[in-house]
Amino acid sequence: MLDTVALYFNEQFRVWVVSVLFALGLAASPAQAVIEIEITQGGENAIPIAIVPFGWSGSGSPPEDIAAIVTADLQRSGNFAALNRDDLVANPVSGDVPRFANWRLSGADFLLIGGMRPEGSGYVVEFQLFDVLQQALLSGFSFQVTDQTLRSAAHQISDEVYEEILGIPGAFNTQIAFVSVSGKVGERTYKLQLADADGENPQAMLTSPRPILSPAWAPDGIRIAYVSFENRTQSAIYIQNRQLGSRIKVISREGINGAPSWSPDGKRLAITLSYEGSPDIYVVQIESGTLRRITDSAAIDTEPVWADDNTIIFTSDRSGGPQLYEVSARGGRAERITFEGKYNASATVSPDGSSVAFVHGAGSGFQIGVIDRPTGLFQTLTQGTLDDSPSFSPNGQMIIFATEKNGRGTLGALSLDGSVSQSLTLDDGGSVREPAWSPYSQ
Amino acid sequence: MKKISFVAVLVTSTLISACGSLPQRGGDDASAQDVIPLSNDSAVVRPVTIDGVQDFENIDPNSIAGKAPADRVIYFDYDQAELRAEFLDIVAQHGRFLAQNPAGRVRLEGHTDERGTREYNIALGEARAKTIARMLQLQGVNAVQTRTVSYGEELPVDDAHNNDAWAKNRRVNIIYETAVQN
Repeated sequence: MLDTVALYFNEQFRVWVVSVLFALGLAASPAQAVIEIEITQGGENAIPIAIVPFGWSGSGSPPEDIAAIVTADLQRSGNFAALNRDDLVANPVSGDVPRFANWRLSGADFLLIGGMRPEGSGYVVEFQLFDVLQQALLSGFSFQVTDQTLRSAAHQISDEVYEEILGIPGAFNTQIAFVSVSGKVGERTYKLQLADADGENPQAMLTSPRPILSPAWAPDGIRIAYVSFENRTQSAIYIQNRQLGSRIKVISREGINGAPSWSPDGKRLAITLSYEGSPDIYVVQIESGTLRRITDSAAIDTEPVWADDNTIIFTSDRSGGPQLYEVSARGGRAERITFEGKYNASATVSPDGSSVAFVHGAGSGFQIGVIDRPTGLFQTLTQGTLDDSPSFSPNGQMIIFATEKNGRGTLGALSLDGSVSQSLTLDDGGSVREPAWSPYSQ
Repeated sequence: MKKISFVAVLVTSTLISACGSLPQRGGDDASAQDVIPLSNDSAVVRPVTIDGVQDFENIDPNSIAGKAPADRVIYFDYDQAELRAEFLDIVAQHGRFLAQNPAGRVRLEGHTDERGTREYNIALGEARAKTIARMLQLQGVNAVQTRTVSYGEELPVDDAHNNDAWAKNRRVNIIYETAVQN
């Protein structure tokens, strides 16, 4: 349930501040997510939208407040400012004809209305999105849903509103993988968890008394590769099918078995191995296990990611400290691509390939930096001291990353345009780290 | 006011493709084309739990592991894998002991502090462990007596985020392997 939603104008900082606090999660989930979202941006850039509570024709109260979920989604993007519920001039529901003049006076550029009714063992949810200024219906759908898919339907409505108005696909109906750690030193529990993109419904897909790291989504959104230290004396790279609970051990050689990254075709992993000496980049064919060595330096080469089918970006300290390099996926000469700051590592590539985000250290801790690949333009996106593990949303508009807050690992997210930042903390007292944003489900 | 029709409900290709490969649960009930059956099967998670791992071993004081030199932690400077001069003596003690006890086996566990990226720290921890392995071999220890594993920043001994904690966490643990390992 949605506990509080508040939108207010902060005079001191001249920004709109939205506070949304959820205390959510299924009863079956041992760890419930608490999301604190703080959005800072010039109010003039956020699009004002009225989101009216959806009508409900069943008995009792509706099973889910769809409008509240959509409101939270859109606010979180930083691109929308929803009118306060108390300030709505009317409460039309699905099928009503809005009085556009009144909505225009209330400051809304867009209006979302909807309704929900019981049908069979589930519900039908429908909505209409209006352009208030044009007095036009922009979009509307019906969804047949169950209790389990209600929230997903709400996120699809958010996606539709986002894309209809901004012309960019939304990424609300997606998931985040992350690693959580709880318990004292020596008595730790590590979990590889999946949660909805709004932090809802966290579920552990792997629980282990030993470290888990480097989760990586396959392009199919079903399999996840990761590194496990369940054998204390030798790490291993696994691929686990989240739905079947089945997993395969891809490789476990002497030394490092790390940093898996899926090729765009989902058939290969770029990985780090050190069984032949210093850590180098390899590509392993998942089906056959065939290995190809991509780099061969005496330095540390690690953290490979695919920029496209034929190109791998990785971290190397061959110049003295860690910097990012680019190399053909068939091997060959590597070319350095980062030059600002003495520490640049853990690259991630935006879905369209145009941006590379990474961990940047220039003396005062570690922040998330990004370079625009066509121009090479560099900028620092965060202000933390221990920021790590950046990952792009599948629409390329946001980056989620690991950060530290009050001595605990939390997740932060920000929009690339700098208009929004937010943080996600687990309420079981544990730390969270290594977020990986899912691809769109196929 | 412009007249608005609600009869035709738009279904975009985006939403169709988003649902296209999912099992159409309840799809038979969908009488109208504009009702989209929504399955949440993609969100199903079947959990896997790993247990039964034993971290602490009882060491027989009369075994090689029990008799080996007591100082078994070597500390490192930030972002460095070079041995600090003050630890030369401890490494030398282990080198002499292992050379005299060729049946002895050590696992060198490399660790780092939390600063920097996790996988880079795995590599840095390995470099530290390999530094100690090289030093031992220079003392006449056979290569088969040593193995290295790096945990990077994953197993700190001190959770705090300050210089004291970081100094304790940048280390190599020299672990004498006993018969039972997993």
